[in-house]
Amino acid sequence: MIETRSLTKNFGLQRVLRGVDLAVAPGEFVALMGPNGAGKTTLLRILATLARPSFGQARVAGFPLPAGAGEVRRRLGVVSHHPLLYGDLTAEENLLFYARMYGVRQRAQRLNTVLEQVGLAARRRDLVRTFSRGMQQRLAIARAVLHEPEVMLFDEPYTGLDQDASAMLDGVLRDVAARGRTVLMTTHDLARGLALADRMVILSRGVIAHSARRGEIDPATFGQTYASVVN
Amino acid sequence: MHCRPPPAVQLRTEYKCMPNSSTDSHPAAPLPVADTDVPRPLPASPARTESWQQKAADFLRAAGAVVWKDLSAERRSKELVSAMLVFSLLVVLIFNFALELERSRATLATVVSGVLWVTFIFAGTIGLNRSLAMEKDRGSLDGLLLAPVDRSALYFGKAAGNLLFMGLVEIIILPVLSVLFNLSLINPLLLLVVLLGTLGYAAVGTLLASMAIHSRARDVMLPILLFPVAIPVLVASVKASAAILAAAGWDEIGPWINLLIGYDVIFVAIAFMVFDYIVEE
Repeated sequence: MIETRSLTKNFGLQRVLRGVDLAVAPGEFVALMGPNGAGKTTLLRILATLARPSFGQARVAGFPLPAGAGEVRRRLGVVSHHPLLYGDLTAEENLLFYARMYGVRQRAQRLNTVLEQVGLAARRRDLVRTFSRGMQQRLAIARAVLHEPEVMLFDEPYTGLDQDASAMLDGVLRDVAARGRTVLMTTHDLARGLALADRMVILSRGVIAHSARRGEIDPATFGQTYASVVN
Repeated sequence: MHCRPPPAVQLRTEYKCMPNSSTDSHPAAPLPVADTDVPRPLPASPARTESWQQKAADFLRAAGAVVWKDLSAERRSKELVSAMLVFSLLVVLIFNFALELERSRATLATVVSGVLWVTFIFAGTIGLNRSLAMEKDRGSLDGLLLAPVDRSALYFGKAAGNLLFMGLVEIIILPVLSVLFNLSLINPLLLLVVLLGTLGYAAVGTLLASMAIHSRARDVMLPILLFPVAIPVLVASVKASAAILAAAGWDEIGPWINLLIGYDVIFVAIAFMVFDYIVEE
């Protein structure tokens, strides 16, 4: 569902991605980990069609990038640490706006469904600027799944969330994955990645340095593995 | 077809074969993947084939959604219009005190025309800068760019929103100017010039503001980029307005209005063609 081959990205003279080869199977949940500056967000921005690779190839949902960017966007839901919401609109208005942008049919019904899914139906007429960070992130997930995407990209979705909000987000992410969506999530939280993902991939200095399925990982020693890979 | 070994770091994955063409716009055959202990995948949806009518409807729907969103947000925050309006009123007041107005109608027309457009252009620059900077600062620009719509629809939506905000301020400022300068500005032809001039300025301004937001010095960058490019629309607007206020004939007004129409058409067309490249990171 997601495949990159020798994916390279330069910002001026700085090479951020150095030939990333990554394959994510349909329905798979992959946690992408790595230290700050490893290139995780850059990789996700390329897959999300927000940036172009300097070299190499990328395919999402079977469509090449950047040539098939429009088709990829139809099939993609993105959640980042920015909720991509408008504080001066209500939760319902935000979702209505994105439903129009994505050409969602039966909008009212779909809005009700996603607001129920993320537990914000009772706050639908409240301005988003009055929401806590956790509620904004839940609404961001509702926005991202509104058009029923096949592939979901999460870029550090736990940033700024307290324990309760993080636990709630765990549940929402499990629900997203259980619906058969392909998920690629960047995170610094090893324990959370292990708990949620089918596969752990470590990106270090712009290359994929390690990849293992959850069943092959010993949670007790994964921290050491991670440290040895990134250092 | 060509086959390649899996990346060294990837565990338990078979050899993959992909079509050689990297520009194929149809979904490729699913890649063989050895790992099977994953949830049921959603079926991949095929590429959409759309008629031009459907594309046009999608375009209008997206542009309309952006306008609706900007108007709804502004209705609550009043952030843009209030800043533009207060600035415009202050400029008009300062000019009123600074300029000697006991002059002939022709001189008065020239002076008022200049004041009118200086006010509109400076206030418009504030609005244009904030309109896109707010999207960038709040991170919502990515939300717009992720939408599966023609990106020129985003441009038209933002430009239409800016045009409406500038128009709203102008509707309020025109009567104020009329009273302060004792010269009737409620003239259908003058309103046409105001509309055409504002359209041209909003068209080119929205395009250049979308370039300037990527710059760290964007507040300074937009006027530096915009004013030289907007000189034709400014000159034509000022000249046409002065001629209308001085009750000149059509042969004096017409060429400037034609220039405004030409400018508007050219810059809207340019923006339609290049906006996608400008907003690309």
